[in-house]
Amino acid sequence: MEILIEALIALLIIAAGFFGIVGSYGLAKLPDLMTRLHGPTKATTLGIGGVLIASMLSILLAGKGFSSHELLITLFLFLTAPLTANFLAKSFLHRHMKRREGVPEPHSGRSWATFEAPPETNGEEPNSLEAARQHGDDAAAPAQLEAKTPVSTLPNPPAKAKGAKAKAKAPAKAKAKAKAKAKTSAKRASKKAPPKKTAPKKTAPKKS
Amino acid sequence: MITVALWIGFACFAVALVLNLYRLYLGPSIADRVLALDTMVINGIAILILYGIYEGTAVYFEASLLFAMVGFISTVAYCKFMLRGDIIE
Repeated sequence: MEILIEALIALLIIAAGFFGIVGSYGLAKLPDLMTRLHGPTKATTLGIGGVLIASMLSILLAGKGFSSHELLITLFLFLTAPLTANFLAKSFLHRHMKRREGVPEPHSGRSWATFEAPPETNGEEPNSLEAARQHGDDAAAPAQLEAKTPVSTLPNPPAKAKGAKAKAKAPAKAKAKAKAKAKTSAKRASKKAPPKKTAPKKTAPKKS
Repeated sequence: MITVALWIGFACFAVALVLNLYRLYLGPSIADRVLALDTMVINGIAILILYGIYEGTAVYFEASLLFAMVGFISTVAYCKFMLRGDIIE
C-alpha cells in the first residue's frame, strides 16, 4: 500500500514538472502575447495542482494527518490565474492594438466592451462614478486623468467637463469607425493578415 | 523513488524558470514581462513546495501561500498601472 502511494506521489511530481516545463516553454516560444497567455495560465496551474496534491499525499504518508493548506493554495491559484490573464489581455489590448483591428469582431456588430460603453447606458457613466464626482474633489481631475493615462483609449472618458468636446468628437469617431471597418473587411478579403502587434498610435484614424 | 521524482521535478521547474527569464529578458512589450514575472512566481511556489516535500516539513506552505498572494497582487498592480497610469486613483 505504501509503495503504491509513493508511486502515485512520484508520478504526480513528474507530471507536474512536465506541465510546468510545457507552460514555460509555451511562454518562451509562442509568437504573440495573446497566444503566450495560454501557456502559463493553463499548464502551470495544472503543474502547481499536481505538486500540491503530491505534497498532501506525502504528509498523509508520513503519518502527520491530513493537511488542508495545500487546498487553500490550489483554490487561490485557480481563482487568480484567470483574473491575471484577463488583466494582462486587457492591458495588452489597450496599449498595443488599434481599436477594432487585429481582434475579431463580435457578432453583435458593436465594438468590444473593453473599448466602448455598453449601449444600455447610452454612453453615460455608471452611477458610482457620477456619485464620486459629485462628492467633490475633481473639477481638475478629468484633465489630469487624461494626461496621466498612457493611451487615450479610456472606454468612457469622464463626461461633464468636456461634454462639448465629446459631442464634437462623436461624428469624427463614427467616421473613423466606418473607416476601420472598411479596413478590416478589406483585410479579411485579402486572406488573413497576421495581427499587427505594435501599431503606432499616431496613425490611428480617430485623430481626424 | 520519491527522491528521484523530486530531483526530476526540481530540474523541470528550474528549466521552466530559465525559460521565464529568457522571456523576461526578451519580451517585446511590458505585458510580456509582467506575464513572465507572474509565471516565475508560480514556478517559484512549485519549487518551494517540492522543497517542503523533500524536507518533510509543512513550514513552507505558509511561505508559498504568501508568495501566491503577493504575486497575484503585484501582477494586478502592474496591469492597473499599465492601463491607467496609476495604481490607486
